Amino acid sequence: MAELNVDPYADLYARRTSGMSASEVRALFAVASRPEVVSLAGGMPYVQGIPQEDVFDVVAHVVSEQASTALQYGGGQGMPALRERLAMLMHEEGTEADPEDMVVTTGAQQALDLVGKVLIDPGDEIVVEAPSYVGALSAFSAYEPRFVQIELDDNGMVVERLEEALVKGARPKFVYTVPNFHNPAGVTMSTARREQLVALCREAHIPIVEDNPYGLLRFEGRSEPTLRSMDPQNVIYLGTVSKVFSPGLRVGWALAEPGVLQRMILAKEAADLCGSSFTMLVTERYLSGGRWRKNLQGLVDVYRSRRDAMLAALDEHFPDDATWTLPAGGFFVWVTLPGYFDTQAMLAAAVERRVAYVPGTAFHPDGRGRDKMRLAFCYPTEDDIVEGVRRLGALLTDEEELYRSLSG
Amino acid sequence: MTALVSKGYDAFVLDPAEEPLVELLSAARVSACYVALHGKEGEDGTVQRLIELLGIPYTGTRPLACHVTFDKVLAKEALAGAGVSTPPWVTVEASALRDLSAGPILHHVAERVGLPAVVKPSRAGSAMGLSFAERESDLPSAVMSALSFADAVVVERKIEGTEVAAAMVGSPDEPLPLVEIVPKSGVYDYAARYTAGATEYYAPARVSPEVAAACHREAAQAFRTLGLRDVSQADIMIDSRGTPWVVDVNVSPGMTDTSLLPMSAQSAGIPFPDLCERILQLALARA
Repeated sequence: MAELNVDPYADLYARRTSGMSASEVRALFAVASRPEVVSLAGGMPYVQGIPQEDVFDVVAHVVSEQASTALQYGGGQGMPALRERLAMLMHEEGTEADPEDMVVTTGAQQALDLVGKVLIDPGDEIVVEAPSYVGALSAFSAYEPRFVQIELDDNGMVVERLEEALVKGARPKFVYTVPNFHNPAGVTMSTARREQLVALCREAHIPIVEDNPYGLLRFEGRSEPTLRSMDPQNVIYLGTVSKVFSPGLRVGWALAEPGVLQRMILAKEAADLCGSSFTMLVTERYLSGGRWRKNLQGLVDVYRSRRDAMLAALDEHFPDDATWTLPAGGFFVWVTLPGYFDTQAMLAAAVERRVAYVPGTAFHPDGRGRDKMRLAFCYPTEDDIVEGVRRLGALLTDEEELYRSLSG
Repeated sequence: MTALVSKGYDAFVLDPAEEPLVELLSAARVSACYVALHGKEGEDGTVQRLIELLGIPYTGTRPLACHVTFDKVLAKEALAGAGVSTPPWVTVEASALRDLSAGPILHHVAERVGLPAVVKPSRAGSAMGLSFAERESDLPSAVMSALSFADAVVVERKIEGTEVAAAMVGSPDEPLPLVEIVPKSGVYDYAARYTAGATEYYAPARVSPEVAAACHREAAQAFRTLGLRDVSQADIMIDSRGTPWVVDVNVSPGMTDTSLLPMSAQSAGIPFPDLCERILQLALARA
């Protein structure tokens, strides 16, 4: 009578991997990537919107003029010239940044991992929004935190709830937020809420981790100040070129006070020695001169049209009791359905009807979100967006009818 | 495939979802197909029918028996009809709900089956679409979830107790050791099945010889009734009085490193490559 394990490593896994589980949703997505399925699920930037000759120019330059640097190890903090360019990007968003206070990372995803590695001890509380970016949840989970979730509304994080949590005794290590065109919720934190959050966290000595991948993808309206610009000492800022240029190059960064930054650099060096010199040089070259700005404007125009197509299609095809957020930028619309829906279970039926979305449960560490779904408008054509929303709307209508007949 | 190659067989992998099965099998000259497919077309007889038409010996159950076994509605009827112990259940069809407005029937379902109940799609694997109804008011959502996966739903009385898997290779009368399944979360759902370490397994199961014998009897009768061949597995819940209840039967037991059949074989002293060879030989013997 022995306990059996066919996996010879079963007893050896570190405790921190216990959060890494096989996912039913991921299994369904394997089917969802078939070409006949309109996927409103992925958050893939429309990279085809970057002119091919620009990419060619930039890469050709690096290969012909900078090969020996491009092919060699660099420092862990990342190429100084690139950090200057990234500081320039932050300046576009009204935020001062000293390149010395930055570390270039393998996408903002690595920066999330480094923040977790440097700040989270097992059992530490950390504050995340509800819903929160799934990549952040999985990065932080590896360090065994306890998540304190603060809900969002149309103006972003409901900071009063955070205040209540602190009064009730929560002692979070940090507060993680995606203030602009939230992934998945699409909402943007208002100026008033930003002021509230910054003041609250400063008073309570809780650092803010500000993750801002979409800040430059605004379609209309006025930009909000970054949290970092409001309180440089208490905000760790995470940025990325993924939506501004290319996700495939894996270039992001963290901007932080010296103590934290040093530790993040050391942790990054321990993880990968240094970033890809080649891609850093390509990115630096691309961000020099005016072309990146012109291309970005082109991308913003495409994303705006796609957002418009999606919102119009939702109005036309979705049932009356579904509601959704109205993003002023970014990639995502967050849909709320009547409470009896289970978007995770329903995904199989959606894929049968050749449309995919991300169930809301992916974005909550505690399995909430069964009545929510995230729809992405960044990648499909406008026609595909309309068709996808039409298919999904038909499914929702059928499901509502089924529920009505089931509950008598 | 690695296991078979290690035993000296010349083997290659063919994934019917990715590659043209008929074209490739017609072109190659294979002596046999080792069928290890998960999901609808691999477990409901579709692929088996194609292989039979091509005249190639293959492992596992024949098409019609696959079709019946994969469909819980048909399988449970067959089992109950043959006197196999399976929990009381009711079938609810999507068409009845949609076209005949039969929603109010759920009240009668709850009365007939008793609560708590397990609600599962008639055709799906790996516990997808499966949920529990503690109260009658849980039934509508549970039925809706299950209907995302199939056109009919089985609502079955929930048996609280010990979960075991009974596997067969070759003959129903030569049982392999029972594997006891203890998911750490309490529920043997998709994550519990496919995440290494999420579930504890004991083989042989920690039950008395009498209970084990009863499980083997029910499983053997289930396999014979459904016409299963070469390899199969029955999921059994043993209640607090030691009575086994067959809740599911599988024509294509998993062969991954978190799967139950390899575990059962290992505890009987049969290493994985030998297990694969044994199954393959059953097909080759029919060539």
